[in-house]
Amino acid sequence: MGKTLAEKILSARSDEEARAGNIVVARLDLVFVQDSTGPLTLRQFNETGLNTIYNSARTVLFIDHSTPSPARELSNDHIFLRSFAEEKGAVLSDVGEGVCHQLVAESWAKPGDIIVGADSHTVTAGALGAFATGMGSTDIAIAMALGKTWLRVPETIRIIVRGRFARGVSAKDLILHLIGQIGADGATYMALEFSGETIATMPMSERLTIANMAVESGAKVGLFPSDSITEDYLRRQGRKEQYIPLSADPDASYESTIEIDAAQLEPTVAKPHTVDNIALARELAGVDIEQVFLGTCTNGRLDDIRIAASMLQGKKRHPHTRLVVAPASQKVLLAALAEGYITTLVESGATIVPPGCAACLGVHQGVLGDGESCLSTANRNFKGRMGNPEAFVYLASPATAAATAIRGKITDPREFL
Amino acid sequence: MLKGKVHKYGANVDTDVIIPARYLNLSEPAELAEHCMEDIDAEFLSRVEPGDIMVATTNFGCGSSREHAPLAIKASGISCIIAKSFARIFFRNAINIGLPLLECEEAVDNIETGDLVEVDLAKGSIKNLNSGRVFTAKPYPDFMAELIAAGGLIEHTKKRLGVK
Repeated sequence: MGKTLAEKILSARSDEEARAGNIVVARLDLVFVQDSTGPLTLRQFNETGLNTIYNSARTVLFIDHSTPSPARELSNDHIFLRSFAEEKGAVLSDVGEGVCHQLVAESWAKPGDIIVGADSHTVTAGALGAFATGMGSTDIAIAMALGKTWLRVPETIRIIVRGRFARGVSAKDLILHLIGQIGADGATYMALEFSGETIATMPMSERLTIANMAVESGAKVGLFPSDSITEDYLRRQGRKEQYIPLSADPDASYESTIEIDAAQLEPTVAKPHTVDNIALARELAGVDIEQVFLGTCTNGRLDDIRIAASMLQGKKRHPHTRLVVAPASQKVLLAALAEGYITTLVESGATIVPPGCAACLGVHQGVLGDGESCLSTANRNFKGRMGNPEAFVYLASPATAAATAIRGKITDPREFL
Repeated sequence: MLKGKVHKYGANVDTDVIIPARYLNLSEPAELAEHCMEDIDAEFLSRVEPGDIMVATTNFGCGSSREHAPLAIKASGISCIIAKSFARIFFRNAINIGLPLLECEEAVDNIETGDLVEVDLAKGSIKNLNSGRVFTAKPYPDFMAELIAAGGLIEHTKKRLGVK
């Protein structure tokens, strides 16, 4: 019997016959932490008494969540991460370089890898055909020390997507729709595996958006095949030689199959306070929004900024609606500058903040006030997520974000197309 | 044997409400515990007593991978969590730090806030002392039972590698 993508990768990296339900011990290609989970990870690592990182050249400490630091305590956490990297030889990605998951995609992940990170959105690298999953600090500490970890081979839900998106509709609408359909725990412990003609032609930026949000359905990993789009992406990152083709066997066994017709999708929004609380943008038309946030590991890439800039060209944000933009990495920021998108956004009234997680997790750069609502391109709208349990977070695509920034109310982007 | 009164919650209790990101720079479990559940249940900290038991429906601990979440719950005095299902990262994290979790749909449907509950971890049995009803949780996979017996992942690893 054939194998799913998850079974193939886990078999290759464990030298065991990895079948859904088995527990395997797999070799790791990349281990990373970020500055909110990292300090605890490093303290746990020190606790093991092992002292040496198994593969320091492929262990990365990202400082991206609170950057530049807004508080003394966080600055001290950053000092701890920097000195640990220096002492043990781990790779450091410091303030302003960008969000860990974007940098993993640009510089580290390759098809067939097993990647573990102390951050739930580690799943993002599934877009490149890497088995990438988030874990807690203790698991990552042991992974750093041993270069391997135990994994239960997940059952797989196959998601087949056919048809073309209508104008104004994109991957974000697709993944929000899917999570609304299966629920916030619809794929708990399982893998999502994406295929179909829409996926075959989908650009990497959109694949990353979808893989990123797999965890919002409880999934352990969101996997895409490695194909010509993956090859082209790796070539543009200067890593062409790291390409290998990878796909599931045609006779692989799936837990279930869900088919989606992309042509039927409309601009979609997740309402407070769960990601599966889905409505169409047009159904929410008129909801007042005080802040629009464009960025994050979900939608802070060049394609996302291009969409927003093209819609905001020659227009102004609504006077009651702040527009905060955080490019996902330095590379994205530089490209957006070169293309003129940043100028367009600033002229429309946007506030540009440095590459990093920015307002997403409610520590700084856009914490919401009491009773305020934010429409964000991020991946989570939990109560208190953006720093205030008395605030409301709506999740949507970059196009819906731009339309909403112009009107000051949730707006279907097709009204501007 | 664990025994305590119950604090019950619904579905999708996420790690942002268990411990908001604005407190993640706190390193001591006791400091984290001072903010445990504050965004979802402001009364929790004034009600919780050592040994109490948390009960929830589905997908408990979804969201962020922050291990601060089970650390905060454990340090608040909670002795174990009974839920219909747990999010996978939270599940690993709790086991790794020695906070026992039990999966049992029937128990969750028949236990309410304030009930006194007794749990035998070795047998996986859950007794509602108010109603007298007894329920049995799903057993752990062998591999996880080993981790728990060793006292968490760090101890398990040290033992296996012979690190003192």
